[in-house]
Amino acid sequence: MADHAGPPAAQETPTEPADPPAAAPAPATPVRDGIGLGLAVGVSGLAYGAAAVSSGLTVGQACALSLLAFTGASQFALAGTIAVGGSLAAGVVSAVLLGSRNTLYALRLAGTLAVRGPARVLAAMGVIDETTAMATAQPDRAASRTAFWATFGTLYLTWNLATLAGALGAGRFGSPQNLGLDVVGPAAFLALIWPRLRSGRAERAAAAGGALIALATAPFLPPGVPIILAAPAALAVAWATRGRAADGTAGDGAAPGRVAAGDGAAR
Amino acid sequence: MTAVWAAVLATAAGCYGLKLAGLVVPPRLLERPLARRFAELVPVALLAALIAVQTLTSGQSLQADPARLAGMAAAVAALLARLPFLAVIVAAAGTAALIRLC
Repeated sequence: MADHAGPPAAQETPTEPADPPAAAPAPATPVRDGIGLGLAVGVSGLAYGAAAVSSGLTVGQACALSLLAFTGASQFALAGTIAVGGSLAAGVVSAVLLGSRNTLYALRLAGTLAVRGPARVLAAMGVIDETTAMATAQPDRAASRTAFWATFGTLYLTWNLATLAGALGAGRFGSPQNLGLDVVGPAAFLALIWPRLRSGRAERAAAAGGALIALATAPFLPPGVPIILAAPAALAVAWATRGRAADGTAGDGAAPGRVAAGDGAAR
Repeated sequence: MTAVWAAVLATAAGCYGLKLAGLVVPPRLLERPLARRFAELVPVALLAALIAVQTLTSGQSLQADPARLAGMAAAVAALLARLPFLAVIVAAAGTAALIRLC
């Protein structure tokens, strides 16, 4: 399916019958995969906790950030700014800026999660890279929700416990790099977008554009900003392929935003 | 309350607010096909950017860490072999760890 570039109507050609749209890794095991990812990534909380305390944060402050901000890149940014003696205001601004991609993720997940009231207040806390990647990789909406909550729950617990452990034992742990944990994030994200990279040219264009923008700007901008600059790549591709926008979902006015799952199959 | 506590709480409030903002946007704003398509492609573009940055940079400089690259190559191989998700993760982390041991 790699070079499947035809018009939308020609997408589901029976050239590879053994290759259903969501074939590769993620589908059908949202709970197991979510818990696995939550555990593997959550362990990096050790590194964050240790870094935060050696930056000058107290154990309580390090833990408060994990409990209340719960978005690793922003937490590292604030700790890092404090560590190098930067102004607190600058630290807060860069940390919050880094968190802005979660808004875009939440826009995407709103229709899938369809949460209201207290559930929405809780779900919002869980909208981060890992949960979005896991939820959007599922073959249908129910699996997407399951994947979101399984990943969120596991990662929240693990991340916070690891933060506490890292903060208390700062410096006594070996580097998480020795366990290859720094590769867990990118490898997991790659596995999760893999089916979508295989499924359409628009997805590949958005991914390639986003990656190139980020790499080209990384040397010149504060960490994290290059990631959010990838969003225009998605917008450009959405614009360029607007003719086939939302194929298969255009008629279902009943559930706007429910572009969620399932639509992988529509492409 | 110290200034650092204020910074910690401001960061937490800002980060949480940004997440919540996306969830409370009225669904009709996403009804337009272009908006849907954008929301659909955003995770792919941003996660690809994240993969690139996490794999190929260190701090603000481009850097090709051999262990990390090998780990990602192992992930690609595992994906091409259609291994399950967790096996992909283990292959990637294990490869990077092994190379750092040597």
